[in-house]
Amino acid sequence: MIIEQLITSFISTAAFGIIFNAQKDSLIKCGIVGMSGWFIYVVMTNFGVDAVPASLAGSFIVALISQTFARMYKTPIIIFNVAGIIPLVPGGLAYDAMRNFVENDYNLAISLAAKAGLISGAIALGLVFSEVINQLIRKSKLPPKVYKRSRL
Amino acid sequence: MTIQQEYTYDVMEVCLLAGKIMLESGAETYRVEDTMMRMAQAFGAKESHSYVTPTGIIFSIESEQPTKTKLFRITNRTTDLHKVTLVNSISRKITSKELAMAEAYHALKEIEKSGVEYSVKLQVLAAAIASGCFLIMFKGTWVDFLPAVIAGGTGLVSFILAQSLVPIKFFAEFVASLIIALLSLFFVSVGWGYELDKIIIGSVMPLVPGLVLTNAVRDLMAGHLVSGLSKGAEALLTAFAIGSGVAVVLTFL
Repeated sequence: MIIEQLITSFISTAAFGIIFNAQKDSLIKCGIVGMSGWFIYVVMTNFGVDAVPASLAGSFIVALISQTFARMYKTPIIIFNVAGIIPLVPGGLAYDAMRNFVENDYNLAISLAAKAGLISGAIALGLVFSEVINQLIRKSKLPPKVYKRSRL
Repeated sequence: MTIQQEYTYDVMEVCLLAGKIMLESGAETYRVEDTMMRMAQAFGAKESHSYVTPTGIIFSIESEQPTKTKLFRITNRTTDLHKVTLVNSISRKITSKELAMAEAYHALKEIEKSGVEYSVKLQVLAAAIASGCFLIMFKGTWVDFLPAVIAGGTGLVSFILAQSLVPIKFFAEFVASLIIALLSLFFVSVGWGYELDKIIIGSVMPLVPGLVLTNAVRDLMAGHLVSGLSKGAEALLTAFAIGSGVAVVLTFL
């Protein structure tokens, strides 16, 4: 159920905004960021795409929307993307890996842990990709005099 | 002390205070450095250098007199994104010359003193609801929603309590995940919950080091290798603590 996924991801990301002490008026925006990232991830995995590229796309979208919000409301980007990537973190896989380690099934455990590591890398890569695109856009828009130092 | 000297010291004081609040509230290292240098520049410092690590700030301003340097030690780091936003907006105002130095200093002091945005109760409630929602997101059934909510809320409460008892983060995370796993096991064995794995995964999510992980990557990308690596190590340690807490319970399954 996609509606169910959308609502729960929105609520959980906004709740993470509360845990991280984000401003009250930015909670809804946090929710939107997290919901969009999770939506992309769920749709892609439902179409049979592997979890690694799906996480990459999800975190890319999270970072992209966070940057738009950060520029629109003149706040640090960290407020939006930190809560936004939480749903994508491979908690389930890490848990399965740990469980198999405990049950002495090392072969399965190692492969699950490798997968969790790859997904974490994909999330980081997605954040970086959109960062690069953001910088390129800003560099092409602004004359070099105004563009002094990147504020990421 | 000449007026010029005094002025330079005041500038350093304001910049360091801003940097301290940001770093203690969980801002990225490069943002702290950037903010401090922008503020110093706006106050007319010719050249300033800052070196920020997760545990301390070194800041120096060059002026007509010999270079002045100050070191600031940071011991406790929490997550308070609201304070990061406030300091950021003050730094913007300073750069656009809207705020004089004395006003900025008082505003920063005010921010430093102010408490957290949400009460502990509300945070626990948020963690509890988030746990339940994560259960649904990880394709759990609605039957397990309530057990996950209870386990997740109890997890954060025990994390806060354990940290106030023993100020070692690793230990607090270990205890919290241990209690979550025990509670989930209890729910499943009593018959209130069905999928043990899903309940544990959902409830553990509020403890996951998402902020530290993102900051580590962003610091690494910005070229702050020391901070990036140490934050990455912090995230890894947290993940390990959570994993071992759950693993202890799973061993006796």
